Parts: sequence; C-alpha cells; structure tokens
Amino acid sequence: MSSVLPAVTHAEWTKLRSVRSTVWSLVATIGITVALGMLFCFAYTRRFDRLGLRERLTFDPTAQSLRGLFLAQLAIGVLGVLVISSEYATGLIRTTLTAIPQRRVVLTAKAIVFGVVAVVVTMIAVFIAFFAGQAVLQNKHLGVSIGDPHVLRAVVGAGVYLTFVGLLGLAIGTIVRRTAGAIATLVGVVLILPLLAQALPSPWNDDIGKFLPGGIGTALFSVRSVADRLSPAAALVVAILWLVGAFAIATVLISRRDA
Amino acid sequence: MIDVRGLTKRYGSTVAVDDLSFEVAPGRVTGFLGPNGAGKSTTMRLILGLDTANAGTATINGARYATRRFPIDEVGALLDAQALHPGRSAFHHLLSLAQSNRISKRRVEEVLGLVGLADVAGRRAGPFSLGMKQRLGIASVMLGDPQILLFDEPVTGLDPEGIVWIRNLFHRLADEGRTVFVSSHLMSEMALTAQHLVVIGRGRLIAEDSVDRITSAAGSRVRVLSPQGEQLARLLTNEGATVQTNDGALSVTGLDAARVGDLAATHRITLHELTPQRASLEEAFFELTEDSVEYHGGDAKRPAARAGAPQ
Repeated sequence: MSSVLPAVTHAEWTKLRSVRSTVWSLVATIGITVALGMLFCFAYTRRFDRLGLRERLTFDPTAQSLRGLFLAQLAIGVLGVLVISSEYATGLIRTTLTAIPQRRVVLTAKAIVFGVVAVVVTMIAVFIAFFAGQAVLQNKHLGVSIGDPHVLRAVVGAGVYLTFVGLLGLAIGTIVRRTAGAIATLVGVVLILPLLAQALPSPWNDDIGKFLPGGIGTALFSVRSVADRLSPAAALVVAILWLVGAFAIATVLISRRDA
Repeated sequence: MIDVRGLTKRYGSTVAVDDLSFEVAPGRVTGFLGPNGAGKSTTMRLILGLDTANAGTATINGARYATRRFPIDEVGALLDAQALHPGRSAFHHLLSLAQSNRISKRRVEEVLGLVGLADVAGRRAGPFSLGMKQRLGIASVMLGDPQILLFDEPVTGLDPEGIVWIRNLFHRLADEGRTVFVSSHLMSEMALTAQHLVVIGRGRLIAEDSVDRITSAAGSRVRVLSPQGEQLARLLTNEGATVQTNDGALSVTGLDAARVGDLAATHRITLHELTPQRASLEEAFFELTEDSVEYHGGDAKRPAARAGAPQ
C-alpha cells in the first residue's frame, strides 16, 4: 500500500483539478459562504435598533458572519459525493479499479486529495466571510476582531465543519454510489436528522441533537458556549468519530462489493 | 496467458457464468464469442477482479489480477469505451491513469499519437464520437505497453474504417507475441479478427477451438443443380445423405462433392452445378448456440448447451 498510495494520490489530484465542475463547486462554496454571511450581517444591522436588550446581549457577531454555512455545507458536501459517485455514474470506477486493484488505496487517496482541497478552500471561505461580515457589522460598531477571545477558534472551527461535511459526502457517495441517492442521504443526515431530533421530547431533543452534524457545527463555530451544546473540543472529537464510522463502512463496502 | 478454471458467478438465482474453463494463449487473437447476455462481460470482470466469483479461479500469468500493485504495464483492459468523465480532457484522463501506475507523461503523449488523437487531446472527452472514445480506450490500454490485452466488444459502434484499423491493430499485437482476448457477439467480425475462439452461451463453454476447425465442424455441404433433381435426391438419400431442396437446388450433407458427382454419372443424371460449400462462422455459431438460445423461453430441465468442443 505504501508505494501505491503516493502514485494514486497524484492521479486523484489530476482527476480533481481537471474537471471544471470541481472548480465551480469550490467557487460556489466560497461565494455562498461570503455572500450569505454579509447578507445576514447586513440584515442584522438593519434590525438592530428595534431589538431588545436580551437579544443584543446574546448576539454572536462571529457566528452571524458565518451563517452562510448552512447552504455552503451542501455545496462542499455535494462535491464530496461527486468525487466518487461521478465515477460510478459513468462507469469510470471500473477503469480506476482495474488500474488500481487495491480499492482501499483508491478511497484513501480520494479522501486525502479532497480533504486537503476542502480544508484550503473552506478556510479561505470562512476567513473572507468573517472579515467581510465584521466590516458590515462595523457600520453599527458591532464587529469583533479576530484577536478577541474564542473568535479565531470559531472561524477555524467553521472551516473544519465544512471540511467535515465534505468528507462525510465522500464517504456517503462511496456507500450509496448513486449521485442522487447520496446527495439525498447527505441532506438527510446534515439537515433533516437535526430537525427530527428537535421534534423529540425534551431533554432527548438536545441530548441527541448535539451529537448530530448540525449540533457539531454550531458548537465548532460559535464564540459563546451554551449549556446544551458540546464544547468545541468535544464537538471535534464527535466529528472525527462520525468520519471514522462513515469511512469504515465505505471501506468495507468498496472492498467487498462487485464494482 | 489467461487461465480460467471452473469459474462460476451467480447474481441472486441467476447463474451468469457457469463452471467456465478455458485458456487464452499468447501470440494469437482469441475471440470470446457468444450471444448477448451469454456472460462475456461478467467473465471479463471476474478475470480483472472487479467482480468476485462464487467458485473457480481466473488467473493471469499464474496470479489473480487483484494481487497486483501496478498492473497496467502487464495487463491492459478496455471494458467500456464510454466510461469517461464527460468533462475531463482525453489527455487528463490518460494522465491520471498513467500517474496511478507511475507511467510517464511522455508515454501519454506517445499513445495519443499512436491512436491518432493528439490533435484533440486537450478537448473534453464527453462530446467525442464513439469511434474517438474507442480510440481513447485503446490508448489507455496501450499506456503500459502490456503483454496481455482484453477488449470487451471493441468494434461496437465503429465505422468500417475504424473496424479495419482495430482489426489490424489486434493482428499486429498478436504477431508481436502478445495475448489478445476480444469479446464480441458478431461472429462475422470474429471470423476476420480471431484465430482462436472461445464460444459461450448461457454462461457455459460451448466450444474452444481454432476458427478453422469450428467452421469445418459445423459441416460442409454440397450444392447441386440438376434438371433431374427429384431422381437425384432419391438416390442421394438412399446413399445415406441428407438432402434439402431450396429454389430447385439441392443442398446435400453427408456425402462429398466427388461422391455426388460419381453417383450422378453412374445413373446418367445431368448436373448443371456441383459446388462444395463450407459453413460460414455464422452458421457454425448458430448451430453451436442454437440450444442455448432456444433455452431462453424453454423447458428448465433442458440442458443449457452442448458441452465440450467439437472435434
């Protein structure tokens, strides 16, 4: 495996960068994160004068500038799905697995290449979104600085969360294989599951919800800590456990199934 | 050398490949012939380790394909020329394959020239014609300059020029001592392309022999035209021949042309034509696969195919 992995990683990098839709998905991820973040910040400044004291005190300017994540996570997640599901859709996966019979190496190389690209792109997205959002909020002197307590952690946490959803998409794409089904599953896990959890009677709704992707995300990119959420460190551990579980299933399936 | 032994693959209750055994030797083009749905593609996927067999083994040069680390300089395979990312250029498609097996970029440019795609290498492969995609597929097979080559239905969708090109390529590869294994449901094409045939139907081996022997085993006929056709037909039948009449001509099996001529002379019967006819590969193929095709809608107890090669 050791000597095969660098070669396959090189090949996967070529595959990723040589398709225009990759570039567009990445641009969309950045664009959505930044534009929506600015829009939410702008809307808040317009409402600010009418808000009560309690709402003003609980306001999290960092999280506000990162609210584009709820949509951006789908852009990066769908790209993660497509990294492998597009190969199943075209039949290219058979060519890939004929050239590289070590299937686990193929999945590992895809995860490395996509993971690195996702980290770089999503970090660019969240930092631009943060600074742009704070600039908007500064009109009402509400902006915070990246040097303020927990702010840097929250911004980095937002990038980590987006990368987490992207990699989750890759694992789900490997498991489900069909693009439409995999995207539906991803949306289900990321958006629908937290809603269903909220419908549960208290305290189960919060107890379960904080371990789901939505709760993990909120914990990672919020500056304020709230009682019914995980700490950022715990949320990171839970996110890693999600990925370990998803990739364990994906690895078993890609190794055992007929291609 | 490809060695298939007792290979069996089931999908649920359907048996796609049924206890199949054959060898593919180097230095000649071996055609893998059978009707659609006979199990040709499944067998190829099993040989390449893409699907897992329920029983039996398929080895290439003595080892299972899946155990190889960088296989494409030893084995090249083209299963589906359409299996491309439509948005990726021909060059990048080949480059990624080359990189995965530590093959140089220069070789990518070489094979693009070899198949005549150098001018369009930078274009997205999606809008390529099927012929161009087949050429790109062949370029990917040639990347590693392998000794063993497998092609699944490579002439499907090619224009006549492309068919001749690919046929000549196969002959050249075989002449260089390589193992060339080509599946097709077109017997006429295999008659021109292959020297050796593995014929399957319903997942089972029907025949494995040279093209010449398979066609001659299908039986030779003598075509006879005579103004005294009915009299001659009676005579020939009495001598043990089988005679069919169509359009006034007699089609005789069981006696050779010389014997038919002698009989006619002895009984003073005039002959206008006396022609020995060899069965075409098509006829041989139909005769061989008749049982397995009939079986489609037939009685489940009926044997799927005649086993063993005709002598």
